[in-house]
Amino acid sequence: MNNLKLRTAGMAVSAAALSISLVACGSSGPAGTGASADSATMWGLTGGDQPVFQASVDSWNKSHPDSAIKLDFFANDAYKTKVRTAVGAGQGPTLVYGWGGGVLKSYVDAGQVDDLTGFLKENPDVQSRYLPSILESGVIDGKTYALPNNKVQPVVLYYNKEVFEKIGAEPPKTWDELMALVPKFKDAGVAPFSLGGQSKWPDLMWLEYLVDRIGGPEVFANIAANKPDAWSDPAVIEALTKIQELVDAGGFINGFSSIAADSNADQALLYTGKAAMILQGSWIYQGMKKDAADFVSSGKLGYTPFPTVEGGKGDPANVVGNPSNFWSVSSKATEEQKKTALEYVKDGMFNEENVQGLINSGAVPVVTGIEDKLAASPDKDFLTYVYGMAKDAPDFTLSWDQALSPAQGDAMLANLDQIFLKKITPEQFASTMNATIGK
Amino acid sequence: MSATTTTPPRELVAGGTPGTRRTLEKGPSGWLAVPALAFFMLFAILPLLGVLFLSFTRWDGLGDIKLDGLSSWNTVLADPVTGNALLVTAKIMFFSFIVQAPISLLLGVFTAASQKYRAALAVLYFVPLLLSSAAVAIAFKALLDPNFGLGPGLGLPFLAQDWLGNSDLVLFVVVFVIAWQFVPFHTLIYQGGVRQIPASLYEAAQIDGAGRVQQFFNITLPQLKYTMITSSTLMVVGSLAYFDLVFVLTAGGPGYSTRLLPLHMYLTGFKANDMGAASALGVILVAIGLALALLLQRLGGKNRNASQLEGA
Repeated sequence: MNNLKLRTAGMAVSAAALSISLVACGSSGPAGTGASADSATMWGLTGGDQPVFQASVDSWNKSHPDSAIKLDFFANDAYKTKVRTAVGAGQGPTLVYGWGGGVLKSYVDAGQVDDLTGFLKENPDVQSRYLPSILESGVIDGKTYALPNNKVQPVVLYYNKEVFEKIGAEPPKTWDELMALVPKFKDAGVAPFSLGGQSKWPDLMWLEYLVDRIGGPEVFANIAANKPDAWSDPAVIEALTKIQELVDAGGFINGFSSIAADSNADQALLYTGKAAMILQGSWIYQGMKKDAADFVSSGKLGYTPFPTVEGGKGDPANVVGNPSNFWSVSSKATEEQKKTALEYVKDGMFNEENVQGLINSGAVPVVTGIEDKLAASPDKDFLTYVYGMAKDAPDFTLSWDQALSPAQGDAMLANLDQIFLKKITPEQFASTMNATIGK
Repeated sequence: MSATTTTPPRELVAGGTPGTRRTLEKGPSGWLAVPALAFFMLFAILPLLGVLFLSFTRWDGLGDIKLDGLSSWNTVLADPVTGNALLVTAKIMFFSFIVQAPISLLLGVFTAASQKYRAALAVLYFVPLLLSSAAVAIAFKALLDPNFGLGPGLGLPFLAQDWLGNSDLVLFVVVFVIAWQFVPFHTLIYQGGVRQIPASLYEAAQIDGAGRVQQFFNITLPQLKYTMITSSTLMVVGSLAYFDLVFVLTAGGPGYSTRLLPLHMYLTGFKANDMGAASALGVILVAIGLALALLLQRLGGKNRNASQLEGA
């Protein structure tokens, strides 16, 4: 009887001990990674950069256990919605990932992000590591609110060399050549262009380049400056007309309006040979390097600048896209979090390891003095091409949906979708968009 | 015997103390409703009032909220996209009902019977109910892809349509996917309803010489009247709330072809960052939902709790 009692008591004690140790394990979990509830937070994007950001933060956390950073990743389209809501509610991350432009300005106007001008003055090393033109994209009204954090992202016309060889075609240098290629590819049973139309922003790349090639960068500069009737510029109308001609000719793949770019289905069409060309950002190279390593490494992936348009005013070397992505520091973060965030920006970001990581992933970091590293990379052809494209561009126009205010940007994407679906005419587009000026 | 927990048969109550009797006549104490009411106030009425207030403001979600009279309402009511969203919502509601109601009724009657193979099939039918809307949408998006989906994969040209990219087709695809997901749920409701029907009614009908079809139309259907009202209310009012599935499947596209009212509200609020207009749309949505729910309740007659069973 006594024995039994003892055993019961022993079991109770060991059960208690076990549960205590379980609790201890539970609480030691976060401590093991060095992040706690009040450590600085960072939200990044899934995709090509994800492993690079993760590696950079991991090594930072290892060497700075007292000022660790908690990192989460989100898909592009979902992130853009989530971060704005979170920042508006004062629940945003310490380091806010962004694109500069109109969205950044709305954060600045609402006092949600800190002025980093003083930080740059105190740390001339940080200032001098960037390509100056790209640093400029984080400046609003003469003050720096955002610092570049990854890679230059010009929009590039990619093509599948294998498919081009099969029908004996050359990549188009002019718009007329491009239109002439459409029936050839269709006859061969290949879609001329892939397009992630459901995401809508890939549609915009066509409009951005065509307007630039036809009317030069001034056309969009006027739109961004909210000049009255800026959308009625003949260059915009002609660009939209050309887009609809291309849609009519069957230039875009069957079902383009239901293809989402977030799922990388648009680039898959290119490397599987179902589509001959795609107009997309330089970041899809990272995706294809991962998803279709053979296609990229065997040199079947071609790339070329957007064709010129006869009689157009724009310099064929002009580029559209994103100069970089940026970190802004949330003004709602605690002093401790801000300190950690800025220390990371100073010492953790773009250190030797981070720069090499970006290059290895197939991207061009936005820092100076990397020519040698690019040349030593297995992706040197593409990387030096992109680097030169961004460096030598007389004009680098920021993606319009990011440059404009969010309300205007959204209206533009919705109406451009209607243009691609042929539900509205270029003139209707212009008048609808003129009505949004100043909103 | 406790008078407050369950409703005892009348003859038992008659013998109880006068106190118990009074509680019963008045029903349970009104205080029992307080917790539910408090939650309802906190999570439904208060936010609703907040949305009503926001609909008279301009707010981009970041800066200050500015009172702006009826300007958000004017924006919303003048916007052709709002009218289109209402039309799309009405179409989805109508077609979903037409498709789902008969299928769920028949499946419910079929699975209610006691044969083993029917039970096995019932388990299979309920599988879609276990999946989240987002998962269903992602799966169908992949299957319906005109370049990588089921059609090209199996080499069946008629399946390789541009299901989600064709403005005329996409509405019916959405109705189909919604039905695929929700028919199991309504089947379950009907199955429960059918099993409640006393076997004595069927036995009596059999003795009177009624065949299976006659039994279905003269006993099963009338006995299911209130099940039908419940299921229809859920279907119709629920179709005002289709959001996640359509958002993932088509994002409202192509163009505005599947931009339902709730989706329009979300995109206006969180993509275009016009919280004022989105709130106005939210108020419209609530008004329509309430009106429909009330209408369907009326159709069911005043005394919904009356039993249809003879002698009960």
